[in-house]
Amino acid sequence: MPILEVQNIHKSFDSTEVLRDISFSLERGQALAVIGSSGSGKTTLLRCLNFLETPDGGKIIVNGETLFDADAPAGRNDAETRAKRLHFGMVFQQFNLFPQYTALENVMLASQLLAEQRPDYKQDRRAILEGIEHHAIDLLDQMSLSGRMNHYPHQLSGGQQQRVAIARALALKPDILCFDEPTSALDPELTGEVLRVIRSLADQHMTMIIVTHEMAFARDVADHVVFMDGGVIVEQGTPEQVFADTQNERTRSFLSRYAQNS
Amino acid sequence: MPLPRLALFGGVTLNPSVVFSSLFQSFGINCTIFFVTLLVALPLGLIVSFGAMNKWEPFRRLRHAGVASHKWGAALVCLRPVALVVKFLVWIIRGTPLMLQIIFIYYGPGLLHWGQPWNGMGVQGRVVASCVAFIINYACYFSEIFRGGIQSIPRGQQEAGLVLGMTRRQIFFKVTLLQVVKRVLPPMGNEFMTLIKDTALANIIASKEIIMMSKEFVNKGLIWPLFSTAIFFLLFCGILTLLFGWLEKKMDYFKV
Repeated sequence: MPILEVQNIHKSFDSTEVLRDISFSLERGQALAVIGSSGSGKTTLLRCLNFLETPDGGKIIVNGETLFDADAPAGRNDAETRAKRLHFGMVFQQFNLFPQYTALENVMLASQLLAEQRPDYKQDRRAILEGIEHHAIDLLDQMSLSGRMNHYPHQLSGGQQQRVAIARALALKPDILCFDEPTSALDPELTGEVLRVIRSLADQHMTMIIVTHEMAFARDVADHVVFMDGGVIVEQGTPEQVFADTQNERTRSFLSRYAQNS
Repeated sequence: MPLPRLALFGGVTLNPSVVFSSLFQSFGINCTIFFVTLLVALPLGLIVSFGAMNKWEPFRRLRHAGVASHKWGAALVCLRPVALVVKFLVWIIRGTPLMLQIIFIYYGPGLLHWGQPWNGMGVQGRVVASCVAFIINYACYFSEIFRGGIQSIPRGQQEAGLVLGMTRRQIFFKVTLLQVVKRVLPPMGNEFMTLIKDTALANIIASKEIIMMSKEFVNKGLIWPLFSTAIFFLLFCGILTLLFGWLEKKMDYFKV
């Protein structure tokens, strides 16, 4: 059974159709790269998965559980939406770290707030908080940020900030981690360190959806590639199929534009 | 040699220390209005700013009913009544002189035959009425400062909180609020200073604040106490300047 099934997602903003009949599925432990030019709906797709936007049509199924069904508008109150969001993690293009917290506090904050709702929080408060801190320190270690835990975001480079953001998303142990152009806001010399981290997550079989303009990276790391244009999936398949054995004319011209630029 | 005429007041020989002590006492009224206003107007201003940012559109669902094609219909569809009412009230309060508002709050209820709420409170009535006028007026100014502060926080901050499963309440108190406070500190410093000086306007309804008191000396022929009230305001604003400088330094550890 696939970990994620997206069926016939539609999304319009006023009269503009941004997503038209998007369907794909993703197996546990696989990395999916979503490529396509700006305005093709890639970011909106990720935002729909994270319930930052509500699709107008379609279904989202995670682990066999229907999280969203446009035809059944029940179960959309805040608390339920929040619970559903936790299946997904999100790493933003602009990092969106909380500036008043240190790297470590950024990673711990959401877990601490969630822990307050646990029935055993009052009795085991200290143990729970220690557990959260250890987990956060581990994650920052994995991101090679052990020496930067007590730094505030403005004291970190863009690449370091993005790695803190990845640790922050991982802290809640999401089923699927989404990346929205994670390196687009970085200087070229800083993209490498972030891509290395994502690659190592792929090696650990983290299920991921990566919206990216780094074609070489997508080709290398992804198990499955989706090319979007004008709100539809034009072509999808293994990296070999999409990059080497391109079927669609639009995909071909998109890829050749990239080949020229790089 | 007889004492000069200026030194006589109410049959008592007047020396500067007597003048200063009565000015000091009446400055207590200014301080009372200042602190009471802040205590109520700061949270009230935050609530008013939420009202001005309220996005409730009750006629939104008519969007597909063909109403939107008409010019007035389109306006109705995106009507935000809460925001509209709040913005109208803020316009009234910011658009009229505070002095007029104080007079209206104090004399208005009697003139409109709503009873005499302030008379029942004795001498305090005038100060209470002044406080009410200041609270309403300053809450409106604060609300605009808060609105600017809140809207200047990037949307990504809220979205980051949402995808981490935080409630809107948690996002506001744990993420947004401190960033807003940091951003509004400089304009707030301005407002605080304006407020302490504005408290002098309370003398229009004979609240016995420091300017009122010094005018009593003037009526007895003693002009210098009026000018010396400046010292009280200067000292007060000096302390405010130091306080805000300290606060801004405290918030220097992060950047927004």
